[in-house]
Amino acid sequence: MTRAALRRLTRRAALYAAALGFIGFAGFPFYWMLVTAFKQNRDLYVGASDLSHVPWIFNDPPTLEHVKLLFGQTDFPHWVLNTLFVVAAVVIITVAVAVPAGYSLARLAGRWGERLGMGIFFTYLIPPTLLFVPFARLVSLLGLQNSLASLVLIYPTMTIPFCTWLVMGFLRSVPWEIEEQAMIDGYSRLAVIVKVAPRLIVPGILTVIVFTFTLVMQEFVYALTFISSVDKMTVSLGVPIALVRGDVYHWGALMAAALFTSIPLAIVYNVFIDRFIQGFTMGAVKG
Amino acid sequence: MAGVDIRNLRKQFGDLCAVDGVNLSIREGEFLVLLGPSGCGKTTLLRMIAGLERPTGGEIHIAGERVDGDVPPRARGIAMVFQSYALYPHRTVFQNIAFPLEASRLPRTQIAEKVQRAADMFGISRYLDRYPRQLSGGERQRVALCRALVRDPKVFLLDEPLANLDAKLRNTARDELKRFQRQIRTTTVLVTHDQVEAMGLGDRIAIMDRGKVRQVGTPEEVYEDPVDTFVATFVGQPPMNLLDLGDPALPPRTLLGFRPEHFLPRSVFQPDEDVRAFRFSVRRVEYLGSDRYVYGSISDGAATDTTVIAKLPATIALAIPEGEQQEFAVPRRALRYFDAATGSSRKI
Ligand SMILES: Nc1ncnc2c1ncn2[C@@H]1O[C@H](COP(=O)(O)OP(=O)(O)OP(=O)(O)O)[C@@H](O)[C@H]1O
Ligand SMILES: [Mg+2]
Repeated sequence: MTRAALRRLTRRAALYAAALGFIGFAGFPFYWMLVTAFKQNRDLYVGASDLSHVPWIFNDPPTLEHVKLLFGQTDFPHWVLNTLFVVAAVVIITVAVAVPAGYSLARLAGRWGERLGMGIFFTYLIPPTLLFVPFARLVSLLGLQNSLASLVLIYPTMTIPFCTWLVMGFLRSVPWEIEEQAMIDGYSRLAVIVKVAPRLIVPGILTVIVFTFTLVMQEFVYALTFISSVDKMTVSLGVPIALVRGDVYHWGALMAAALFTSIPLAIVYNVFIDRFIQGFTMGAVKG
Repeated sequence: MAGVDIRNLRKQFGDLCAVDGVNLSIREGEFLVLLGPSGCGKTTLLRMIAGLERPTGGEIHIAGERVDGDVPPRARGIAMVFQSYALYPHRTVFQNIAFPLEASRLPRTQIAEKVQRAADMFGISRYLDRYPRQLSGGERQRVALCRALVRDPKVFLLDEPLANLDAKLRNTARDELKRFQRQIRTTTVLVTHDQVEAMGLGDRIAIMDRGKVRQVGTPEEVYEDPVDTFVATFVGQPPMNLLDLGDPALPPRTLLGFRPEHFLPRSVFQPDEDVRAFRFSVRRVEYLGSDRYVYGSISDGAATDTTVIAKLPATIALAIPEGEQQEFAVPRRALRYFDAATGSSRKI
């Protein structure tokens, strides 16, 4: 074997080793969730006292008891439906408001658009801990306490400012000229917005959807503040409330819940990842 | 009358005056080229004619109708080709060309027919089903021109349509563009900073510098009789030689100008020809195939260090040794004079 071929081979090997390392890093949490969700309790907890115990394999045969606990004794299926409902409503509201707002600020508002956009973005930085007291008053004023509608009302206050800014940044990287060309080709500004612009900002819209999705899926503070009955909770609230009782952690059921929510998400992200990154880097990072 | 009249047009960006009091009258059917260095305001002027930029002051009339103010681009009867071509990325070539026609609510069959005819004219019928990203630069340029033409505009506005093509393609594209404009006789304004392109394409050339039009004229007029030193040095490659010789026969502070191709060895001219002779110290000779460029300086009278360039066609086979003085001359009819202070041309 020649030296060049050998060098190429070692470089290959190093590349694969690095890739394997990353796969391990990304995949291990999933593996851990999977193992924990199906282990018998004895197998789970014995490691604390018996040091010879190997924690990352099934020492006893797998069991469905945690899954049964999750689906049988908690409202998990309900929470999933609630979450899906809130996510869908918030995504629709956010896209309907942030995309036109970002477009107008970027394309129609001239020099002031930029400053106004910055101002809107800053409102996103106000932490929920400052806001949930006034929001609580607002929610009770509207009679929405302990209903999913309160979340649908409150979450857009976080997603709209950020997404407006995201769309603005994204549009800065889409050349104006294509829309100007359409105006010369015989279309009014409104017709351009309806017929030409949407196709150009699809990656930006996808980014908005993914961001909103992520934020709503993981939100805890507002959900805890506004929702009290178990059957109205979202996954991010219900799982820790129901499966952490005092200082008793139902690890198996917790991990089963995490597994069942994160796998569909991981699949969705993988389908959209290219466009998602495109939207982010074109808008937020470079802009 | 589908000409364009521009009166005292101005555009201010903050403190920068991108277009500064331009007066320009473009005749019906004319091919006018806007020529100027980068950043002189050519694109801004074109965009104001198109209605994409609102003028700070002045008037624009297209086909006798005043359009500055609130007339939107679509109502001005213009077509524009951007330097980037601005093709719709999600539409096929056919859909790109059809898009302006759809705006005018033509029946489908007529649209298809018109697109086909225009595509044949530009030799792009084979690409009608492709997307812009599947085309080469030259093909994209033709699609953009085709889309501009299909609407029968009153005025064509072209912003450096050839700039993105490679040198060879640019020559053929230039020829095609000129032939095509002769054929349809639509008033055309083309922007470029390439003077060869301007000379080759324009019926007239408007030369711009820092927001102002310096001179408007046919290529011959602009080349032969530049109104000032800017035009004299901007048009022509290599640029016109400008010398302050302090010649007592001329009014004080007068620059003498002559083109490199008129500055030839004395022996090339007839002995009785009316020439002005110079002693020329040759510094360096550049051989370029069809020409030789000779660099040096004038060493008689009030000798100056100003570099003077002579351009000798290959038909003059005389040996020009470097580092020696030579007798060179310029025919008197090729001499031009400029005011050294203002730069404007002087008749003597
Ligand atoms: N939207 C704008 N805001 C601020 N300044 C601008 C704007 N558009 C153009 N300018 C400035 O106006 C001047 C003229 O620009 P313009 O694009 O008309 O030049 P140009 O002659 O087309 O140059 P080039 O040959 O490089 O295309 C430049 O100095 C440019 O920076
Ligand atoms: Mg330009």
